[in-house]
Amino acid sequence: MEQNRKLGILNIDTSLYKTRLSRKFEKRIPYRTPDQKIIMSFIPGTVLDILVESGQIIRKGDDLMILDAMKMQNQLKSKADGKVKNIPVKKGDKVSKGTILLELE
Amino acid sequence: MAINKKIKEFQEKREKLLLGGGEQAIEKQKALGKRTARERIMALLDKDSFNEYDLFVEHDARDFDMDKKSLPSDGVIIGSGTIYGAPVAIFAQDFTVAGGSLGLMHSRKITKIMDHALKMRMPLIGINDSGGARIQEGVNSLAGYGEIFFRNTISSGVIPQISVILGPCAGGAVYSPALTDFVFVVDNISKMFITGPEVIKTVLGEEISMEDLGGARVHSEISGNAHFFATSEDECFEQIKKLITFIPWNNGQKARMFEPGEPLREYNIEKIVPDDPTLPYDVKDVIRAVIDNSDFFEIMEYYARNIVIGFGRMGGRTTGFVASQPLEMAGVLDVDSSDKAARFIRYCDAFNIPIITFVDLPGYLPGVDQEHAGVIRHGAKVLYAYSEATVPKLTVIIRKAYGGGYIAMSSRHLRADFVFAWPSAEIAVMGPEGAANIIFRKEIMSSDDPDSTRKKKVEEYKSKFANPYVAAARGYVDAVIEPSETRRFLMHSMAVSENKSIQMPEKKHGLPPF
Repeated sequence: MEQNRKLGILNIDTSLYKTRLSRKFEKRIPYRTPDQKIIMSFIPGTVLDILVESGQIIRKGDDLMILDAMKMQNQLKSKADGKVKNIPVKKGDKVSKGTILLELE
Repeated sequence: MAINKKIKEFQEKREKLLLGGGEQAIEKQKALGKRTARERIMALLDKDSFNEYDLFVEHDARDFDMDKKSLPSDGVIIGSGTIYGAPVAIFAQDFTVAGGSLGLMHSRKITKIMDHALKMRMPLIGINDSGGARIQEGVNSLAGYGEIFFRNTISSGVIPQISVILGPCAGGAVYSPALTDFVFVVDNISKMFITGPEVIKTVLGEEISMEDLGGARVHSEISGNAHFFATSEDECFEQIKKLITFIPWNNGQKARMFEPGEPLREYNIEKIVPDDPTLPYDVKDVIRAVIDNSDFFEIMEYYARNIVIGFGRMGGRTTGFVASQPLEMAGVLDVDSSDKAARFIRYCDAFNIPIITFVDLPGYLPGVDQEHAGVIRHGAKVLYAYSEATVPKLTVIIRKAYGGGYIAMSSRHLRADFVFAWPSAEIAVMGPEGAANIIFRKEIMSSDDPDSTRKKKVEEYKSKFANPYVAAARGYVDAVIEPSETRRFLMHSMAVSENKSIQMPEKKHGLPPF
């Protein structure tokens, strides 16, 4: 088990503390406000079907894709109105969690 | 003559059964760097103290040609013995017999020794080394697990329950260790997970090794499922033996008294803590500076290191220590450290072990990840655990005790019996920088030189509030003491708390935030 880690600085209420930073703290992913124009896989799985094509105008709530994961066929719906700009995956692709599946203009 | 013949016949039968899965399987086990189940029991218990039961138990399965298979003792050894004279009930799964798989009779042997341990009010040790459910026995296997989990739960808080993971422990099987008090793991030997790498790969497409998924290091450092990490089975057994010396045999007793001893001179309590409250030090040295022989037995050493928990002795009596660790993440409370501390506090309370808390923390850790992970709910566990604990609770505030952290860490308001503070203590609603920025915001903003005004105001706040005397003036602190007086005050408080008795309102059970 790793020991003798270096000291860093932790800011709590604007006081700066000299201390070791945990691996979990250092590896945490900074929060980003979700972008409604980007559809990402919420679970690892296989793209079973793509129901729209590039350039198509879609509305919020339209079915975009079917993602097969955990023995379930998950329908991915659009979270916004817009025009499909890009579909970086194709039918049959295996995708990990957080992969961009579709972008709106 | 006839009786001699029968004895000889018995001896032959026994010899055969004692070999478990046979020499070939034993060789395989050893090649993996593992001892056999029987060797493990012998290594752990006092010499010649083991009495075995149910050696002759056999399974009764018929499907899938199981009726043609003989599984010695059905793959698990049970019995009782002693560790340093303390009685313990024990079971050890035998991987050399059908991979230690759990069938109906295998589980009945385990539940028999569990019932025995509960009835006789003695600690239970379970050595896990099993491929999982015996698939051929179908739902009977599941029934077996369920019966074990039920007993783990019913015995919880009545007898100490210790789980030792010395091989695979996968699927439903993991829930027995998870329900027990302390889980011991050994590097490269222990493997625990709900779904293994194969399933994860098939279903999710993620590739991971068994070790990275559920090895000893993972559970000691990341998941928090294990309490003790060892690099060999021998080291693991030494840890278990040491733990047994610190805990009582059941919840109706106190831990055994040991010969008192003074702390070692190398731990000079006056030289450990820096004046500047933003500088780190190792709080374990403070603990070692007050306990008998400086002998601190840490629990969950590698998980949520920002809080330290473990056992030591004060005047020969087992004491539980909870301490913020300024060396790690400034000692903040967060999701993991709250969970770690709360469970330990409840353990001490269940088994009549007084708790000494050392406080030096800037509060709870800010962050989206913390809030989203439920730091409210997890942080509340610490408040809950301290509030409901009726064992003697002693608190020493070393330096910072800010805001929610002050309240949570065994404050007077949660009914700590004695609260002491060093002259370096800063008991305040928040750190001086943060407080000055809020209270004097207007003055700082409208100043020609905001930085120097801020500095002045921070100093002003520091001298007025960053001390133990405001809290002492209200009686929230019982005594301001010099660092060198700490052991004396704690020993005295422990002595006068010996017969502490308080009544809690009657209820079926509380609802801690888990």
